[in-house]
Amino acid sequence: MNSLGIYIHIPFCIRKCLYCDFLSFSKGRAQQALYFDALEKEILIATKDCREYEVDSVFFGGGTPTSVEPECIVRIMNVLRDNFQIKNDAEITMECNPGTADYEALKKYREAGINRLSIGLQSANDEELKRLGRIHDRSMFEDCYKNAVKAGFENINVDLMSALPGQSLEAWEDNLRYVCDLEPAPQHISAYSLIIEEGTPFYEMYGDDSEENSIDYASHVQAGSRDDCRLPLPDEDTERKMYHRTEEILSAHGYHRYEISNYSENGKECSHNLRYWQGGDYLGVGLGAASLMKGERFHNTSDFERYIEVLGNALPDKVDGDNDRVQLLSDIREDIEKLDEKAKMEEFMFLGLRLTEGVSASEFKDRFGIEIGEVYGDVIEDLREKELLEWEGDMIRLSSAGLDVSNYCMAEFLF
Amino acid sequence: MAEFDQSKVRNFCIVAHIDHGKSTLADRMIETTGVLTSREMQNQVLDNMDIERERGITIKSQAVRMIYKAKDGEEYVFNMIDTPGHVDFGYEVSRSLAACDGAILVVDATQGVEAQTLANVYLALDHDLDVFPVINKIDLPSARPDEVKEEIEDVIGIEAHDAPLVSAKMGTGIDDVLEAVVNRIPAPNGDPKEPLKALIFDSVYDSYRGVIVFVRVRDGVLKKGMTAKCMASGASWEVVEVGYFGPGQFIPCDELSAGSVGYFTASIKNIQDARVGDTVTEVSRPCAEPLPGYKKVMPMVYCGLYPADTARYPELRDALEKLQLNDASLFYEPETSQALGFGFRAGFLGLLHLEVIQERLEREYNIDLVSTAPGVVYKVHKTDGTVFDLTNPSNLPDPSEIDYMEEPIVNGEIMVTTDYVGSIMQLCQERRGKYLSTEYIEATRAILKYELPLNEIIYDFFDALKSRSRGYASFDYEIKGYEQSELVKLDILINREQVDALSFIVHKDGAYERGRKMCEKLKGEIPRHLFEIPIQAAVGGKIIARETVKAMRKDVLAKCYGGDISRKRKLLEKQKEGKKKMRQIGSVEIPQQAFLSVLKLDEGN
Repeated sequence: MNSLGIYIHIPFCIRKCLYCDFLSFSKGRAQQALYFDALEKEILIATKDCREYEVDSVFFGGGTPTSVEPECIVRIMNVLRDNFQIKNDAEITMECNPGTADYEALKKYREAGINRLSIGLQSANDEELKRLGRIHDRSMFEDCYKNAVKAGFENINVDLMSALPGQSLEAWEDNLRYVCDLEPAPQHISAYSLIIEEGTPFYEMYGDDSEENSIDYASHVQAGSRDDCRLPLPDEDTERKMYHRTEEILSAHGYHRYEISNYSENGKECSHNLRYWQGGDYLGVGLGAASLMKGERFHNTSDFERYIEVLGNALPDKVDGDNDRVQLLSDIREDIEKLDEKAKMEEFMFLGLRLTEGVSASEFKDRFGIEIGEVYGDVIEDLREKELLEWEGDMIRLSSAGLDVSNYCMAEFLF
Repeated sequence: MAEFDQSKVRNFCIVAHIDHGKSTLADRMIETTGVLTSREMQNQVLDNMDIERERGITIKSQAVRMIYKAKDGEEYVFNMIDTPGHVDFGYEVSRSLAACDGAILVVDATQGVEAQTLANVYLALDHDLDVFPVINKIDLPSARPDEVKEEIEDVIGIEAHDAPLVSAKMGTGIDDVLEAVVNRIPAPNGDPKEPLKALIFDSVYDSYRGVIVFVRVRDGVLKKGMTAKCMASGASWEVVEVGYFGPGQFIPCDELSAGSVGYFTASIKNIQDARVGDTVTEVSRPCAEPLPGYKKVMPMVYCGLYPADTARYPELRDALEKLQLNDASLFYEPETSQALGFGFRAGFLGLLHLEVIQERLEREYNIDLVSTAPGVVYKVHKTDGTVFDLTNPSNLPDPSEIDYMEEPIVNGEIMVTTDYVGSIMQLCQERRGKYLSTEYIEATRAILKYELPLNEIIYDFFDALKSRSRGYASFDYEIKGYEQSELVKLDILINREQVDALSFIVHKDGAYERGRKMCEKLKGEIPRHLFEIPIQAAVGGKIIARETVKAMRKDVLAKCYGGDISRKRKLLEKQKEGKKKMRQIGSVEIPQQAFLSVLKLDEGN
């Protein structure tokens, strides 16, 4: 039986952060209720394509899944349990933002079967949090973290973000140490660098030319400037040092880097995210959610009104009929792309190389029936010569230098 | 066809400064005489290349025949020859004028007399043409026709009192122009009984009929079936077809007699055999001597043309071959560059000619080009006493073998309002200009005369001129000759490797400045690599400027969720695509843009 991951998108937030380009917005309770009705219908319709799958990971992402009434999440969990074969030891994650979930709520989530929490801390420095437009401060995170532990969560991830406006190398190191020193320590840490995305307020402020706005922070005199929102971004070298220090500090605290930006205790790697990088099937439900099913990539519409209208108008009896079902799904799904053999090889490489263990040559042979050297021999040789890539036994992986310039390396694997 | 009556024929052209409305006036005249209905009229019928229409300039001369019923009740045949408006095509202008008996001078009622107005009028007067002025654009609020009339009389010295006032755009005053053609332009006076003597003023290539030769018959008769020859090239053929010009089409007839303008075909395969300016005569009964003024035009500006995609070299060769069929002044020969691979060194009449050819290659033949910096032809005098023409900087011999070098110099005339005289003089100074004189044509306008090295004006002189005079200065030049000069070859080294396609010849005083700007510009164009890349400018092995492209230290897409995968792929594809468009030089990848951008060093100054 094939294994499946399910992603559920909860697009609601209290307020949008200044850097955020995820599909999220703030809506009243009534709109949220309509959304959950639609979401439930989508799950009921989609489940029929998933009979042969066993689900070993579920991920509630957003948005802020904890910003809605806990009952909404509990209800979706019940629908999932009733309609999918969810393995007993499945990893069931929910994203959570400090300030949106009290002890009672966290308890309900835990009781509904959610067994992993991913908390969006981003920074342990209140000034930095304010500049990002986050709704919480450090003490709110501390409450949230304590409550999560108390509610019984034994698998917790904390998100941190580096290369923030005005952030020095030292300030970043302080953030890392703060998270490592939490009692009890989290099992997983994601350490991303801030990316200025088009269409965000940060893009207006920092533009697409981050080089121009960046300065060498060492030479920047921090004179207590009040113009916080226009503090410069760290320059490239500082950013790179942040990456390197991240690995040094986290590994000293017992975390190992298993992906470009992800660290965990042994055995606590996020299996749902691993699925994305290892090419496993996943079904995305909810607004804008992306799927990879049976060699096809597609995603749902990002149009909130349309999503609600299409699914809201579907009568319960229609949900069972095969023709109506197919019609409904094709009404909300977009950009269906059948991956050909070449595209699959490309993905195998550029996603697999995000993992520090790299890609397996024998698995390449198993999947595609051809030696990896026959397809990518030249590229691999070239990158090895530049010391960006290592080939050890069965595994091909990016070197530490290669991880620094992973885009450059991965682009080489496209045909 | 009835007996050919020369007294009812008018052969003329229209001369004007660029943008003064020459082509629009031509269109209106064609429309009014009814050759085309207005429905068939496309704006600017005579400018039939896309580029001509877009840029509002005439590149190739064109001719059209009109029938006009004048107020005296007689029908007249008008042969109107459109001339190229740009100084690069001066020779073509000159030959077009030689095919006419008179000229209409179009002057913009708002701008008055400009440098090219003068240049073109003098050229027309040199060819003994009767010139009469027409004041155009009188519909504009800022039109000042009376002042402009006075200006024409004062500056040019031709009668302008009763010049027709027209608005070609609105179609007003066109009848006056047509009447003036009848009354003020003389009829041809050739002798049809003399041996054939006809001037080639243009030609086009047709893949079925071969070269179509445009001629003005001075004396004698050009007939289908006769054996004709070109006196300069010596080539001879049997005439297959003769005819005259309908707008946009060729209309065959039996013969072209003295005074006529028309065309002939003779299965001529090579346009070089029937060059503009040559004289056509009959083999069995040749005329005593050719019409004066024939010269073989020499390219003045050279550059390397390379296909962006090296695999398309054969296509580029075919395209150049085809363009040359229509353009005898285009010269090219194969050349190889270490940096750019196989390509051609091409010679042009001037910078506009070069741009036009580049654009046609890219647009009509769909070839992405990489072109090297344009250069002029230098004369290199070697210590062994030999002299050779240097068209490619890479071929400059070792300095020890060079006695001295010469560069082409032009006589330039810049017409400018007095407010900007200072800044224009400064510009000329910066471009190594030698001041000759200033002539005031009225209280507020002057003509500055300078001797300027051609290599100083082929880059961006026109742009600089326009920006320093807020668009008011106009410029005209003619080649004066060669003068000895202290020239050096400036080399560019990228990651310590010399890039031949970026070398050029420069005056020694300007080498440092230019080298510095090149390095700066290239620094902005070359993407960061995994290693540091020094960019150096060198003269004779000595480094005179340096910039560094810092190594790329970090290039990571930190996050990649399930929904990001398609987006991530697009990002990587873009990265890969960008790389494909680069040229590998040593271990450095250089975008093609870099080769072009160094042509525009003065931008933003």
